[in-house]
Amino acid sequence: METALPQGLPPSGLRLTDSQARARRGRNLAIGLSVAGLALLFYAVTIIKLGPAAWH
Amino acid sequence: MSLALETPAIRVSDATPGDYLELLKPRVMSLVVFTALVGMLASPVHPHPVVAAASLLAIAVGAGASGALNMWWDADIDALMGRTRGRPIPSGRVTGPEALAFGLILSVLSVVTLTAVAGPLAGALLAFTIFFYAVVYTMLLKRRTPQNIVIGGAAGALPPVIGYAAAGGGVTWASLSLFLVIFLWTPPHFWALALLKAGEYAKAGVPMLPNVKGEKRTRLEILLYTLVLAPAAAAPWALGLGGRAYLAVCVAGGAGMLALAGRVFRADGTAADRVAAGRLFAFSILYLFCLFAALLAERALGAFA
Repeated sequence: METALPQGLPPSGLRLTDSQARARRGRNLAIGLSVAGLALLFYAVTIIKLGPAAWH
Repeated sequence: MSLALETPAIRVSDATPGDYLELLKPRVMSLVVFTALVGMLASPVHPHPVVAAASLLAIAVGAGASGALNMWWDADIDALMGRTRGRPIPSGRVTGPEALAFGLILSVLSVVTLTAVAGPLAGALLAFTIFFYAVVYTMLLKRRTPQNIVIGGAAGALPPVIGYAAAGGGVTWASLSLFLVIFLWTPPHFWALALLKAGEYAKAGVPMLPNVKGEKRTRLEILLYTLVLAPAAAAPWALGLGGRAYLAVCVAGGAGMLALAGRVFRADGTAADRVAAGRLFAFSILYLFCLFAALLAERALGAFA
């Protein structure tokens, strides 16, 4: 079932202020970079622990 | 009949990544990384540089996580002291539950990572350190006994032992000698600060030695601990971890610590007493840094020789 906002009315709900939106973007970016960094770290450590024999 | 639906006010966080970073106590973290690195290099086994870097990162994050848990628990007393009033929780930038969740998640993540990267011994030591700092020191000792920083100091003294174990050297008398140096260094270092901030600690209800046993007893205990610390700092040299450079720093630094602790002990009730305590506090940081830097330099030069 689809619902649509009545024409001409502003969307209701929570509206973030500029500083809140900026802070949230910053937190999201930090979490994203941390997760990507952790994935890379585990990849690198795994490859190193497998040793040179596994590279060929 | 009309039905009014009341929704609770929703709090939207204004916290930036910098606020969360502040929860990790970056200055303490840098000291932890430094001493853990020295422990790692002091080990007879040397892991691959990437594995060593990953281990150090996990140790740093674990230390930071325990800092976040400490700030969560201590937010009420942090708000009462000028030195800590601006921290993220008392200043309202991060809520208590947010800090708790952050600390718990990073604790688990750091222990799991270190266990995977460096083995279960290093992981278990990191878990114990976080538990000891967050639960034993922060929750059980800090507000109950003036011996809080003596026993709690064990948490701050463990990073070189974790580093040594993470490198694959296990737990040995040599790595425990590094623990001993930081453990014995902690009381004179913190009590020198407590002499300067006794009023603030008293206001916050934290039973530091000067406001429980008095300044005279504190000055005596600072001197006694320094008398034990100065010779004990030679233990890493005696056990073969440190060489001549370490011994030279140990002797010169130990003499400096004893001279300053002696001046703190001979208080004459003038404003110079506070200056002496301030000097001891500042010098104690330099002393510990130089001891570990000497070990680091010897190991680094030894690796290139």
